[in-house]
Amino acid sequence: MDHLDALEAQSIYILREAFARLKKLALLWSLGKDSNVMIWLARKAFFGRVPFPALHVDTGKKFPEMYAFRDTYAKEWDLDLRVDPCPPIDSVDPTLPPAARSAARKTEGLKLALAKYGFDGLIAGIRRDEEATRAKERVFSPRGTEGGWDVRDQPPEFWDQFNASPPPGAHLRIHPILHWTEADIWAYTKREGIPIIPLYLSQNGKRYRSLGDQDITFPVDSNAASIDEILLELETTKVPERAGRALDHETEDAFERLRVAGYL
Amino acid sequence: MTIAVPPASLAADTVRPLVRIVIVGHVDHGKSTLVGRLLHETGSLPEGKLEMLKAVSARRGMPFEWSFLLDALQTERDQGITIDTTQIRFRTPSRDVVLIDAPGHAEFLRNMITGASQADGAVLIIDALEGVRDQTRRHGYLLQLLGIKQVAVVVNKMDRVEFSAARFGDISNEITAHLTSLGVTPTAVIPISAREGDGVAARTDNIAWYDGPTVVEAIDKLTPAQPLDALPLRLAVQAIYKFDDRRIVAGRIESGHLRAGDDIVIMPAGKIAKIKTVEGWPVTPLAGAFGAGRSVGITLDRELFVERGDVIGHAGNAPRDTRRLRARIFWLHDQPLTAGASVLVRLGTRETRANVVAIEKAVDPGDLASEAASEIKRNHVGEIDLSLSQPVAADPADSNPRTGRLVIEINGRIAGGGLVLSVDSGQRAATADIVPVESALLPGERAARYRHNGAVLWFTGLPGSGKTTIARALERRLFDRGGSPILLDGDTLRAGLNSDLGFSPADRAENIRRLAELAAHLAANGHVAIVAAVSPALADRAAARRIAGDRFREIYVATSADVCEQRDPKGHYAKARAGDLPNFTGIGNDYQPPTASELVLDTAGLSVSEAVGQVETMLAQTDVLIEDLADLAAHI
Repeated sequence: MDHLDALEAQSIYILREAFARLKKLALLWSLGKDSNVMIWLARKAFFGRVPFPALHVDTGKKFPEMYAFRDTYAKEWDLDLRVDPCPPIDSVDPTLPPAARSAARKTEGLKLALAKYGFDGLIAGIRRDEEATRAKERVFSPRGTEGGWDVRDQPPEFWDQFNASPPPGAHLRIHPILHWTEADIWAYTKREGIPIIPLYLSQNGKRYRSLGDQDITFPVDSNAASIDEILLELETTKVPERAGRALDHETEDAFERLRVAGYL
Repeated sequence: MTIAVPPASLAADTVRPLVRIVIVGHVDHGKSTLVGRLLHETGSLPEGKLEMLKAVSARRGMPFEWSFLLDALQTERDQGITIDTTQIRFRTPSRDVVLIDAPGHAEFLRNMITGASQADGAVLIIDALEGVRDQTRRHGYLLQLLGIKQVAVVVNKMDRVEFSAARFGDISNEITAHLTSLGVTPTAVIPISAREGDGVAARTDNIAWYDGPTVVEAIDKLTPAQPLDALPLRLAVQAIYKFDDRRIVAGRIESGHLRAGDDIVIMPAGKIAKIKTVEGWPVTPLAGAFGAGRSVGITLDRELFVERGDVIGHAGNAPRDTRRLRARIFWLHDQPLTAGASVLVRLGTRETRANVVAIEKAVDPGDLASEAASEIKRNHVGEIDLSLSQPVAADPADSNPRTGRLVIEINGRIAGGGLVLSVDSGQRAATADIVPVESALLPGERAARYRHNGAVLWFTGLPGSGKTTIARALERRLFDRGGSPILLDGDTLRAGLNSDLGFSPADRAENIRRLAELAAHLAANGHVAIVAAVSPALADRAAARRIAGDRFREIYVATSADVCEQRDPKGHYAKARAGDLPNFTGIGNDYQPPTASELVLDTAGLSVSEAVGQVETMLAQTDVLIEDLADLAAHI
């Protein structure tokens, strides 16, 4: 069993545990490279079917390529796609810096979707190596009734025994690819032939490392025009993956504040 | 010294082993300084980080401080992708390393365990000035309990003790003795100064007296956790999927291998089947063998009730089924665990309610003081006896670490966990809340009527040896003289009471246990229970004798195998010869004859009536049959 096989097997185990132990699951699909791998893993775990809805909390500000990707593959992968819009910007905490405030709309949209469908488990494609607060995450991460994350009081989690009993009104975030790295995602995408959005590949010396909303995501300098070239670039780059995410850099704790409040 | 290695990366085709290491130790013993130094020495720091640290130190008017690296990471959000506060990646000359940072404070023990449970090895850090502290011992204890056998010890801040070899020797002896007493041999004990760099990547003049490995060398020798492929197959069933016309049993191979065509047993029910296919996606079915760690889906050759929590093993090598476990656990919950507590136990994918029958030992692993064994406090360790409300399939942890560990949940949250010490299927029900009801009759009243005392007559011997024939004739003889004999034939009971049992060694043992319990109950109430059962294992018969106590009489029907096969009253030998009865005793040559039975009968030259006569004589001589009224009066 090679490195990617081991990552895949562990993710499948986590997805099956979530499906076995939670009543109303949904998978959050942001259309990016990580959640595409996650959907692929779910299809492996459940032999070609994704037995729960794929939820796209839509800010309305994604790139056109992302919407095209969504509409093509929701059909091709036979997903039960739910697209839910986010509330207007003036419903969001005005003390947040502009980009973070824009991103926080997504948290509000998520809360509305949770209330609407009554999901008790949300599968999300975050990874430990992306960002410092995500590194502290559990695989099954309990959220309060307001969707908040109490980083100081996380339950013990060991030997792949997960806490899967959310209190009434609360929900769990399930992180099946928490243990993957950015390089793992690309290597697996290549091995499995998972389709990607072309924005990740270099055009005119620039490409997107990470895809978010159009207004707060920027391309980085890169000549990597294929997955192989991306993997080579990752061997040597010292540029962080989320360098092109404006909200991460506005203030020191902007991202942490967002996450504690329920952001992914 | 800086070891020139490329920055951490994980290309898909990497052949370098990946090792997960947890750094544990008492708070302030220097974990973050060591982590900073290690990242620097292995060339794993992002560009400009060193300059930034120098600037931070200068700004605060302090000498250069490595621990600012981690402190900085904790507050800085735009760090390099491979560095974070809980999982830090770097490379040694031959390994990719994931360093798991585990908080040292006692109140964060749950985080330490969460981190350490994913590790292949550990670095335990001790302050040379302060020496071995409670938290050091506690972490050592927990590492052992988590199954981490590779522990490199570093004695840090040697500069504070003038690099004293004697001080190092004392600490080294103390921690080595502690770890050894827990069953862990330190892979190295290394004197270092993380701040100055001594012993981290190089042996310096300060520690010229030390000739062991550096920290980097010690980490380079740690190996990924032993593959579990070599152990017997254990597949933990997560779910049964029926998305189409296939009925797929989905789960993870915890140990061993499987492939299509294998004969399997589904525990705890003991049902037998064959693997028809190994299913996959996008390609299916899949060919070849699948080993430990794989998440698979299989279909079976017959319709069986299989459910989440079952464990699949190979026929003849399945886990035990039990409702009784002894476990060594660590407790993380605010409320102590007490005897009588009702908890939820998770073992693999099985979840069951359980009762803590007894707390047999409680220890504070910090000072190793044993405590009153009525409760296990938070962050303490203890041994408990659990009675489960459903049977589970399990192995003792020392024979299979994956199926030999459990967690305990309170109010939907993991509150403790530990290792299965023994899987005792010999003790089913909890005795805690059971009050046996005594018979309304005095012990002698039945004896006075039947003219015998209660007894268990245990006929053992090969199939076809004549056990049942003699037992039935004896039953008739005792009844005719006014007694109360009751025949318990092994095959008859398998049709009802024991119909859930197969012929694995564990099932045979359970079959004998139930026969013995039933027979002992009858004997205690004055009847003569006549058991006719092959009962091939010495150990099982010894257990039956323990259950029945001094009412037990073993009668060995010692007819030779050749004679038995010629008789073959049930046609079993013929079937076994034809290969239809794989676990048939006699052909398989697994009968263990008694060495000290009360009576041996060789039926080759003995009539049935003569055999019964010999049994009667033995019963009279051993105070089962009562011959005269004087004896009778003595029993009333």
